[in-house]
Amino acid sequence: MSYAYFPGCSQQGMAAEFDRSARSVCDRLGIALSEIPDWVCCGATPAHATSHLLSIALPALTLAKVKDADAVATVCAACYSRLRIASHELREDAELRARVKEAAGVECAGEVPVRHLLDILCNDLGVAAIRERVKRPLAGLKVACYYGCLLMRPPKVVAFDDPENPRVMDEVLAAAGAECVEWPYKTECCGASLSLARPDVVCKLANDILREARDAGAHVIAVACPLCHTNLDLRQADVARQYGVRYEMPVLFFTQLLGLALGVPEKGLGLNRLIVSPKPVLEKLAAA
Amino acid sequence: MARVGVFICHCGENIARTVDCARVAEYAATLPGVAHAVDYRYMCSDPGQRLIETAIREHGLTGVVVASCSPHMHEVTFRRTVARAGLNPFLCEMANIREQCSWVHEDREAATAKACELVRLMVEKVKWNTALEPIHVPVTRKALVIGGGIAGIQAALDIANGGREVILVEKGPSIGGHMAQLSETFPTLDCSQCIMTPRMVEVKNHPNITLYTYAEVEKVDGYIGNFAVTIRKKARCVDEALCTGCGECQSKCPQGKLKTSVIPNEFDLGLSRRPAIYVPFPQAVPNVPVIDKEHCRYFQDGKCGVCQKVCPAKAVDFTQTDQVVTEQVGAIVVATGYDVMSSGEYGEYGGGRYPDVIDGLQFERLLSASGPTGGEVKRPSDGKVPETVVFIACAGSRDRSHGVPYCSKICCMYTAKHAMLYKHKVHHGQAYVFYMDIRAGGKNYDEFVRRAIEEEGAVYLRGRVSRLYQKDGQLIVKGADTLSGQPVEIAADLVVLATAIQARPGSDALAQMLKVPYDGYGFLSEAHPKLRPVETNSAGVYLAGACQAPKDIPETVAQASAAASKVLGLFSMEQMEREPTVSVVNERTCIGCFDCERVCPFGAIEHREIRDRRGNLLKVVSHVNEGVCAGCGACATTCRSGSIELRGYTDEQVFAQIAAVGV
Repeated sequence: MSYAYFPGCSQQGMAAEFDRSARSVCDRLGIALSEIPDWVCCGATPAHATSHLLSIALPALTLAKVKDADAVATVCAACYSRLRIASHELREDAELRARVKEAAGVECAGEVPVRHLLDILCNDLGVAAIRERVKRPLAGLKVACYYGCLLMRPPKVVAFDDPENPRVMDEVLAAAGAECVEWPYKTECCGASLSLARPDVVCKLANDILREARDAGAHVIAVACPLCHTNLDLRQADVARQYGVRYEMPVLFFTQLLGLALGVPEKGLGLNRLIVSPKPVLEKLAAA
Repeated sequence: MARVGVFICHCGENIARTVDCARVAEYAATLPGVAHAVDYRYMCSDPGQRLIETAIREHGLTGVVVASCSPHMHEVTFRRTVARAGLNPFLCEMANIREQCSWVHEDREAATAKACELVRLMVEKVKWNTALEPIHVPVTRKALVIGGGIAGIQAALDIANGGREVILVEKGPSIGGHMAQLSETFPTLDCSQCIMTPRMVEVKNHPNITLYTYAEVEKVDGYIGNFAVTIRKKARCVDEALCTGCGECQSKCPQGKLKTSVIPNEFDLGLSRRPAIYVPFPQAVPNVPVIDKEHCRYFQDGKCGVCQKVCPAKAVDFTQTDQVVTEQVGAIVVATGYDVMSSGEYGEYGGGRYPDVIDGLQFERLLSASGPTGGEVKRPSDGKVPETVVFIACAGSRDRSHGVPYCSKICCMYTAKHAMLYKHKVHHGQAYVFYMDIRAGGKNYDEFVRRAIEEEGAVYLRGRVSRLYQKDGQLIVKGADTLSGQPVEIAADLVVLATAIQARPGSDALAQMLKVPYDGYGFLSEAHPKLRPVETNSAGVYLAGACQAPKDIPETVAQASAAASKVLGLFSMEQMEREPTVSVVNERTCIGCFDCERVCPFGAIEHREIRDRRGNLLKVVSHVNEGVCAGCGACATTCRSGSIELRGYTDEQVFAQIAAVGV
């Protein structure tokens, strides 16, 4: 399988470690990613909040450049959602294709499937292949896999796992040796889109998620979305101020945890960019 | 020389709003062969019908066209009218200027022109109509009732008490259906078993009822008055004649030792276990056990045989095989009932992973004195008495994304009943009900719901539950109260989902066997939603109960009695009359290709041998069984030699109409 890789803008800035760790992990697992030349922002979230046409035309600009690939691979939940929806709508709607052609000057029929890295790891590579390549199993590490509200929705378009109780991330990290806890907040919203307008609401939602992860016994939360990551990682001080609870819960991208298990050096995972220190996690692993 | 009368109906404003009826009448009067044309506000009313009768006599009419609604609605009415005036009823035709004209158009000019055209076509047709006489077919005065729940029991008893024989076929080992599983019934809270079990015994003892339990209808041939039904009596492996119902076998079955049994008890919906040889519940009719071969050790690995050894009546017979019997009946009542949607369908409600999220029928078993907890409300996971119970209405109903778009009709009432009965059993407990709307139409129904809220303290929250999850031995229910606009979070010990009422699996196959139309959800369709609610489009087949649509017990019983009265009406005659609008084969020109047989959806085509005087076979031709033919005309259009004619829709009649188009 050959994958056309869409890094996405968040992964160039605030979530650069997501991009870096994803590339390292794919490299270790023998998944060939070739970056789409001249890709542009997927438009999330301002584009689809302002114009439906814009929200399809922006991903179409990138998708039209994909040549000779079996699938488009993404890591960010929002990029994935926007590219996947655009591809789906372009495939279904000839009139929309014409309008996109007029607006963006590209022809795109949405033929190349858009896939999330978790989908690729689980369904193309398979967890057995991951298990084989694990060098430092995440033994003793209890992980709460947090999928967020976006990754599995809308189920009619995404449909690579159960939208109410997804398992893919749990299976990937379990293959890496981690113990994935059962917890009820896997797909709750973290409120990131209200970060500026209603920080009080966001703080409550973040607190709920952190509390449930802690109560389920997790040492760390694994995420697949840069917005979820920023929100949960960055807001723990606010949560402490508002709710008086200091969780100190490390929040890592699933690629970072998987990279640790595959023996990727810490530098290649960008662990130094995290706000809440992952040191307890690393110490736990070193002790194991 | 034809003398046609044309009668234009206004249907109040239904037609007259869009069609200028007076002008249509004026136009009709100018058509060749029309001797009389008139318009009237309600042609189907008594004065309207008298208008037609008088005109036939006064003008010596030879044909009548009534331009009004669909023939489905009033063709029979007007044919009777015509017959009263001495004309053959099949010389009356209807031009549909309501459903096919006024209701679907807005432009008055264009609609009036179309109405004129529809009238003209029918006038041309009726000129070719010939007098037809009804067909008489013999009637076997014995009924088959499929399904032994309350619907089937009621229908069977009513027919049997009317003096006719009934064969009642039940798929399961006992009759009783879902009603036997219920605790108490709304809105009076009578004990379901107390009103149900005597009727079950009555069925068993009734001289006119033959009861086949653990049996299924395999094949239905024939037609109204003359069905041949093949029934498979599955092997119980217990001789019904010998068994005394002592229960020794089930108490000794090694599979039944309570702690080790893994066989879910269907009657308790998996809330308890049962042995491999079992009677589904103590009040079962017949009180004869059945061996579940999938779980029986004798059938699985040839060992055991304990039940046979302990049976004092020597009734256990492992060698018993299925028996296939054929019965002749004249009418069939379908009463196959419903199932509830599994509570596992909802991922956000745990998707079946949480033992303390149950469906309404399971909660009935927890409330029932004959249930797995002896009527004490104890939750499945740990047997704890739940102090907070959340009921979620519309779990699957009225939900296009997860379930079905229709309303399951009974959930509002049984949820109110559940909240009430829970409170009666757990006085300090609190019931919460999440609902969308409260639909409590029915005698004393709304009062019942108000009682649950106002006197029994159930807290009703208008809104949906978005998610629930297990935490610290409880279920955290997250929902919305849309009346206060607040999110709500309730820590509950037990959650009861009022899951959607669904058609029985396999109802579509049964419908196909009986040639009864069914909807996209597997519910069988009645012939007319208002005027023929218990008949089907398959003559001689009637519906009772929830196989047609979700309904409660009073409505089911009423429909079952209605079906029984239709059957008794049919059985009141030794011969029955059928409409003569059926196909007829010209045996002289038929070439015997039997294409007609292949296209006939009703199996009405038979083979007839034509022999000369000395008995030599000349040829084999098609013959239409007039008792079966439904007059659809598929054969007539298929016949390559033009040898089949549909009476009332002959080539002359149809071509006359076509020739009149656009004149």
